[in-house]
Amino acid sequence: MALDKNGIAKRIAQELRDGWYVNLGIGIPTLVANYIPEGIEVEFQSENGILGMGPFPFEGEEDADLINAGKQTITARKGAVYFDSATSFAMIRGQHVQLTVLGAMEVSQDGDIANWKIPGKMVKGMGGAMDLVASAENIIVAMMHTNPKGESKILKKCSLPLTGVKCVKKIVTDLAVLEVKDGKFHLVERAPGVSVEEIVSKTEGELIVPDVVPEMILD
Amino acid sequence: MNKVVKNVEEALAGVQDGMTLMVGGFGLCGIPENSIAQLVKMGVKNLTCISNNAGVDDFGLGLLLQGKQIKKMISSYVGENAEFERQMLSGELEVELIPQGTLAERCRAGGAGIPAFFTPAGYGTEVAEGKEVRVFNGKPHILEEALTADFAIVKAWKGDTEGNLIFKATARNFNPMMAMAGKITIAEVEELVPAGELDPNFIHTPGIFVQRIFKGEKFEKRIEQRTTRKRD
Repeated sequence: MALDKNGIAKRIAQELRDGWYVNLGIGIPTLVANYIPEGIEVEFQSENGILGMGPFPFEGEEDADLINAGKQTITARKGAVYFDSATSFAMIRGQHVQLTVLGAMEVSQDGDIANWKIPGKMVKGMGGAMDLVASAENIIVAMMHTNPKGESKILKKCSLPLTGVKCVKKIVTDLAVLEVKDGKFHLVERAPGVSVEEIVSKTEGELIVPDVVPEMILD
Repeated sequence: MNKVVKNVEEALAGVQDGMTLMVGGFGLCGIPENSIAQLVKMGVKNLTCISNNAGVDDFGLGLLLQGKQIKKMISSYVGENAEFERQMLSGELEVELIPQGTLAERCRAGGAGIPAFFTPAGYGTEVAEGKEVRVFNGKPHILEEALTADFAIVKAWKGDTEGNLIFKATARNFNPMMAMAGKITIAEVEELVPAGELDPNFIHTPGIFVQRIFKGEKFEKRIEQRTTRKRD
């Protein structure tokens, strides 16, 4: 059965490696911080100027001066550091962050991503997304496979204004883990109980399906 | 050097209709609250505001939007403000949305005498329209120009009479770069101390960038999303 957003976050968290600096976008990506595998240490960078982002504070201990990119109150871990926005994006653009996780409205088989604008309807702005996708060596997209109308978001070509071009390599959806290679999607894993047929039917882009598609292993 | 001004009225003296202002802050974190309130009071209009966000409907720059005092916003994300989105979609408000890292670097460059620079952010998107593209290390980059402002209004935690500033936690964000890029920089601080009290090793923004400094009368420090976790 399809994963919920925590399931997606849990699967993505399996990609974390010890010693990595990681940037988590707003929405589903922030949940990845709740599922860090045992025995590994990662440090979370938040674009608004903190390295060593910690969990939400206890009630009554919220600090208005300490927030994350989604404007939520957070805490700082031991060894954390604060810096300004130019320094923050130097870390990002200068490829000092090993993994970026962000959401998407659409991804294309060329690796293009659209996640900031629906013309005439929703123009919230791109925030740090364009810097992140243009610079990151390792990007994982967390998204639902289809939109609320049931239309595929995994496409031949994006219809929405782009955030970045040819930059996505790995996607985790509520149904599957996909890789983007040589201008096509490749099915790597399916969510527990989800059939290959369902994934194929909900993928508008070209999808290469191996003979055996293993299920994701989530505790 | 004594950069101290008596109050917010003196601090904002000279801000006029049609000017370009840089306003520090990320969301509602690190915004110069007292200066924004003063701008509302002064009624200056047709402003171009360079700020990462537009506040919320009833706080931060949202107050200037409510009063229709802003003609153009240059920001990276305006999702928290419904009035902003409405004014933008209806055409009442001119908006330039630019990538956050590009915004930060354009302000830094403006203060640092770097007229333009290349960045990979936005290549292949509408942000790149009309901009020169050059390939470096096999990767395309777009040319972005520096930003400066008639006035930069920043918020700091502590400042001294020389204008040296220290920021707190994530309230730092855009303030240091905007402080560099304003023709006249106004710094609003929580604690104002005599020169010599701040350790020179730990100052974040040197006073050379700051022309006026004053102690803000009060800081509401509103929290946009109060998220907490349970004790075990």
